[in-house]
Formats: sequence, structure tokens, C-alpha cells
Amino acid sequence: MSDMRDLYQQLILDHFKSPRNKGPLPDADTTAQGRNPLCGDEVDVALKFDGNQIVDIKFEGTGCAISQASASIMTTVLKGDSVSHARDLLDKFSGMMVTGKGSLQQLGKLAALADVHKYPARVKCAMLSWRAMEASLERRTVAVSTE
Amino acid sequence: MTSAAPLDPADIRPDFPLLDQQSGGQLLAYLDNAATSQKPLAVIEAVEGYYRHTNANVHRGIYELANRSTEAFEGARQKAAEFINASDWHSVIFTSGTTEAINLVAYAWGRQQLGSGDEIVLSVSEHHSNLVPWQLVAKATGAKLRYIPLGEHQGLDLEAAAQLINPRTKLVALGHQSNALGNVNPVAQITALAKNVGALVLLDGAQSAPHFPVDVQALGCDFYAFSGHKLLGPTGIGVLWGRREILEEMDPFLGGGEMIHTVTLEGSTWNELPWKFEAGTPKIAQAVGLGAAMDYLTALGMDRVQRTIDDLSDYAARSLGEIPGITLYGDADTRSGALSFAMKGVHPHDMAQLLDQEGIAVRAGHHCTQPLMQSLGVAATTRASFQIYNTVEEIDRLAAAIRKAAAFMLGA
Ligand SMILES: Cc1ncc(COP(=O)(O)O)c(C=O)c1O
Repeated sequence: MSDMRDLYQQLILDHFKSPRNKGPLPDADTTAQGRNPLCGDEVDVALKFDGNQIVDIKFEGTGCAISQASASIMTTVLKGDSVSHARDLLDKFSGMMVTGKGSLQQLGKLAALADVHKYPARVKCAMLSWRAMEASLERRTVAVSTE
Repeated sequence: MTSAAPLDPADIRPDFPLLDQQSGGQLLAYLDNAATSQKPLAVIEAVEGYYRHTNANVHRGIYELANRSTEAFEGARQKAAEFINASDWHSVIFTSGTTEAINLVAYAWGRQQLGSGDEIVLSVSEHHSNLVPWQLVAKATGAKLRYIPLGEHQGLDLEAAAQLINPRTKLVALGHQSNALGNVNPVAQITALAKNVGALVLLDGAQSAPHFPVDVQALGCDFYAFSGHKLLGPTGIGVLWGRREILEEMDPFLGGGEMIHTVTLEGSTWNELPWKFEAGTPKIAQAVGLGAAMDYLTALGMDRVQRTIDDLSDYAARSLGEIPGITLYGDADTRSGALSFAMKGVHPHDMAQLLDQEGIAVRAGHHCTQPLMQSLGVAATTRASFQIYNTVEEIDRLAAAIRKAAAFMLGA
């Protein structure tokens, strides 16, 4: 299964087997659920902010290696990041899912997921945590704007 | 089990040109037959031959070509009637597939005949196409749905069925064979329960028609539905067989050309069976292709088809069953054709992806049976499913690739 290493890179297998930032975030400001009813994948993303900074992020969920590793890698990248940069990364990451291209410089270890774009059925797995993160960010905006 | 001799894949495989291709650097092992089957040359050539030599719209043509096209189309109906041992070809309606066949009954019978207080009995293992149409009927008419659960061995629970089927039951709609588990359901016993209370019985034959001989008269059902594309035939064609008295009483499903007798601005009268239910230009080339598929299977002998698929399925259950960490689903006593499994620590989609890398095509997911997955307590399974052209070597490759995938994902 040598070709499998393109999709299931060492980094992905590593995050799948030992996920980072997985578990509840009791003092979260916002949480959102990601559900993929077709395959049963679940990823919930919880965020804690300090001003415009994401000071903590955790995920909980079950699913395939791609969905779980993508969530884990995402949390390591976004922890301590600014909200606007998180949105920017979301755009770049979802762009990479379509084109397979993304600069290592901009995306860092997220580039490990570049080959997912070759497997169209799996793109939704990689995007699940990002969509939940986006929804979690939206809630904050909604909460902020109604304050 | 049948005593018929199994078919020899060396005789069968050359009939299926698609199988002669590489995938993942190896010979393709196509094990997704419950989703759709491959087509023998006889079918491909019948469809092509129809378009090359016979194509014209059917029925009302005055010219010779249209007569030949009509003969080819109606000839396919005769073959379909014989294939399921229907006594009367008027009761054989061509549809686009099982889904449309069941919807036809749901709309033209269910919505007319059912009301609040009536009950429809299904099973938890139904394909969504034998579930969602009845949910819509229930919503429109106030009828109630009741579900036969799985019993101890993941077969249908007959005791529960006996409790659920009662004088309010007007219809029992049941998969003859489960696409997700491979179980051949106890349709004789359940049909007897239904007949005792005067309920009609619809059998979803999408998986049974391609696997073993079907005799709608012996089954004692009132409707039987199946798809051509799972039976070595083309997509876009299927059959609804119904008891003639019931079909005669039903109003049409779709309105349009072909299904009418007379049309005036005040109203219309209906064509006779089966055309009453075949509005518009029918699926002519597809029906011809389906006829060729049935000829092909009949020449091989459906009892030998059954024996071949049973043997492959038993072999697969034995060799996959030996893999550490694997769970096989379904009722080991009746399961055939499809084998759903899960490997500890490997998500079904990752498994299917890793098998694809070895040139093995299987399906992962809920197999359009979400309530069944819920009752099994899983989100998805990986499923291998077999047809007459599959081989023991392919199953050996499958078993080896499952072991390899587990080692890869679990880092053994
Ligand atoms: C048991 C069962 N019922 C119904 C269907 C629906 O068949 P079709 O999609 O050909 O209408 C299928 C196939 O997917 C099936 O396996």
C-alpha cells in the first residue's frame, strides 16, 4: 500500500492515533457540531477567545482517519491564532481541497492533507472540522453583534 | 442451498469485458455487485443492436420498423414474466427500477387505499427505497408504520413480526434479501402472517432477483419489484409485478401518452394493463437489454447462479471470519451475496480506501439502510458483494488486503 502513504501520510496517521486537543472545553465561548450523516463522522469544535485571539480550541468526535486527523491538526494550527487568520486559513485550506495546491509556507503542516483532493469522496471528511470551526466562529460573531 | 453445480468463472469472465482492466496496478476485483452488476457482452450487444437496427417508437407505428421495435419491447416483457414465473404478462410493468416500482405502489395504491387506523409493516433492514415512500404515504394518509426488528442472530424477529401484524395491517412491504446484510428474509412465514389478516404483501426483490430463482406465484406476494442494473442488465429499467385484480383497480401513477385509452377535454379513460402504468415513451432499449440479461442468466440456470453466489459468500465469510479484530454482520444461516464487516480500529471508509489501493472495489457507508445501521449500533460498514464472475482468488485478495489495511492503520 505504498500509494496509500500519499493520502495517509505519517503525520495524519500520527494525529489519528494520538489526537491533540481532543476532549471537552468546559469554559468554551462557542461550540458547534460538525456532522456528516452520510458516513456518520462527527466533529464538535469548541473555541475560547480573548479579544480577537483564539486562546483555546478543542474538538471531540468519532470518524475516519481523515476527519479525525484533520480536526486534530487544525486545532494545533489555530490555537493562539487570530480570528481573522483562522478565517484566512479556512479559505486557503478549502481551496487546497479543490485544487490540491497550497503553499507549504502559508499552510504549514496542513499541507499534509493536500492529496485528499485526489479522493473527492473524502474531501468532506477533511473539511468537517473546518466547517464546525467556521460555525463556531459565526456564533461568536452573532453573539458579539447582538451584545 | 441448491444441489446445482457452481459455475466456472473461467467460462463466465470472458463474457464481461469490463472485468479485464487494471486498478491500483492489479486486475480489478469488482466486489460491489449489490450496488450494481457488470454487464455481459450479450447485454451490451443487444442494446447496441437495438439502436443500430431496430430503433423506433413503439406501439402506434404503422411501419415495419416500428412493429419490430414493439416486438422487441414486448418480447422483453414476456421474458420478464417468465423470469419471475408470472402467469400473466399484463401484470408486468416496466419502471425505471425498484425505487420507481415501489413508489408506483405507494402512490397509486397506498395513497388511495390507506387511511388513519391502517398500518403498514416494514422491517428495520429496509433499503431507503422501501422505507421513504411509505413514510410519505403515512404522512399523507395518517396510516401508521410498524417495523419488524432484528432478532438474536441479526435475522428478522419472527415472533415480533407475529405480534406486529394484526387486523389493522393493510400492507407488509419487505425486502426479500437485505442489501446491507445479505440475509434472505423469511418471506414465506411473514407472507402467511399477512394473509391471515388480509394484508397485501410487497416484496422488494432488488437483491433476490439477481441471486436465485424467483417464482412470484409460489411466493404468494401481491407485488414484487426489482431493478435491471443489478441483474446484469442496463440502468434505467426495472419491473413491478402485481396481482392483476389489484392493478386493475388502481388508478394510474403518471399521466401522459401511452397510458390512455381516450382523451377528451373533459377527461380520459385508461389504457389496459400494463400500459396504464407506462406513461410516455417507454424504456425500450433498456427493456431489450434486460431481456438479454434474463436470457443470459436463464441459459446459465438461476439455480447454478444461486449455488455460485452462495459458495462465494460462504467462502468469504469463512476467510474473513478468521481475521483478528473483524466483525461480520448478518444472519450466518441465510446470508448470501453481500457480506458487511467492520475491523476494529479502522473506519469503514478508510478500509474501503485502502482496499481500493489494492484494486478491490467495495462499498463503505450505510448502504441506504440508516435505520438498520442504527439498530446494529454502527454508523457504517464495509461491504463486499458477489456475482457469478467473482472468484475465490478475488476473495483471497480481499482477505489479504483487509489484513494489510489493518496492519497499516493500526501500525502493527
Ligand atoms: C434492497 C434494495 N432495494 C431497493 C434498491 C433500489 O434500487 P434502484 O436504485 O435500482 O431503484 C436497492 C438498490 O440499491 C436495494 O439493494
